[in-house]
Amino acid sequence: MSERDLFEYALRLGDDALTLGHRLSEWCSNGPYLEEDIALTNIALDHIGRARMLLAYAAKVEGAGRDEDQLAYLRDCREFRNLLICELPRGDFGDTIVRHFLIDAFHVPFFGALARSDDPTLAGIAAKAVKESRYHLRHSSGWLVRLGDGTGESHARVGAALSRVWGYSHELFATDELETRLADAGIAVDREALRAPWNQTVNEVLAAAGLERPGDDWRIEGGRRGDHTEHLGYLLAELQFLQRAYPGLQW
Amino acid sequence: MVTATETTAALARPDDPEAGRVWDLLAAVTDPEIPVLTIADLGVLRGVEADGDEWVVTITPTYSGCPAMHAIEDDIRGRLAESGIAARVETVYDPPWTTDWLSAAGRAKLRAYGIAPPAEASSSKRSLLGLDPVVACPQCDSRNTAKLSEFGSTACKALYLCRSCQQPFDYFKCL
Repeated sequence: MSERDLFEYALRLGDDALTLGHRLSEWCSNGPYLEEDIALTNIALDHIGRARMLLAYAAKVEGAGRDEDQLAYLRDCREFRNLLICELPRGDFGDTIVRHFLIDAFHVPFFGALARSDDPTLAGIAAKAVKESRYHLRHSSGWLVRLGDGTGESHARVGAALSRVWGYSHELFATDELETRLADAGIAVDREALRAPWNQTVNEVLAAAGLERPGDDWRIEGGRRGDHTEHLGYLLAELQFLQRAYPGLQW
Repeated sequence: MVTATETTAALARPDDPEAGRVWDLLAAVTDPEIPVLTIADLGVLRGVEADGDEWVVTITPTYSGCPAMHAIEDDIRGRLAESGIAARVETVYDPPWTTDWLSAAGRAKLRAYGIAPPAEASSSKRSLLGLDPVVACPQCDSRNTAKLSEFGSTACKALYLCRSCQQPFDYFKCL
């Protein structure tokens, strides 16, 4: 197992958490009502907390004198390694709930498996994250059922959101040589093995919500290679503004 | 596998008199979000060890994104600096924090403060199955309560309503 691989893996997971947490934080003061505003931003905090732990670990493994803030604020789009599903615009409440449901249903088995990693730091972060993700999944699956099984309007809108986001969900299971090497070394999670538990959760909740599972006729990937959607640039422009405008600023 | 009992045992005040003195100073540091609870009550304070001339204080966050951790770190350094003790604070994530570490005194203080303490052990069947526990109202003790939102004023709490006294209250979730 090379340090370079481990750095890249921690960076991928850290970038997933950072972009997803940032998108959720955009709901702060924009939530549909006060309690939900607080729920969305509390979940955002969990993801941003994970981003901090994972990027701090990536920086430590890299050993190049960078810290988690420099990784978050001073890299450009092509250097980001997050999955595309994490960077999509927050959209309407239906888009947000669908995105989080598909990811939470993945995170529960993913972090459960990563908690058994031979890398003690990743295992520790995952053991903490899996408990939070179970709560996140209760939140997002509860909403998916309420929206899908709600009014004609909510059913139609959440169904449209599902077909917009679905094609991005395949990248959750995409594996490359690096992750295969790390999985063989007992460090990384075999994503392919998570399809069955993910399918089970997704099918059960979609059935309860009265929503049809979309077809797999399109898929978009590329985040791990740095090939992003046009949306990431705008996200980073806001996320990184302060450090770009006032380099080294602290408060 | 580490059980909750084994990990809780590690929370005891250190036997070493010097370390015990530092522990006692820190045990009085409170959570900025829930000021009736100390970091020792919460189980956030994990250890105190000497490292040369300096003390190393180990803490663990309740939730990954708990925004109180920075304030707690500052309070720890400030509290020890007042007594002329040099210290650095280290954060550990393993073993992950659980509400099972909340002390009996901490649970009683939470209830008196108007926050319902975690209803059951994090390893209980209901908790593992993701079912909602029966939460007693901290104001009137009624068990006729309903969950309003999975997330309350902080990530570690959910928002409940008491159907008997009609008052909303925070519930410290099992984790």
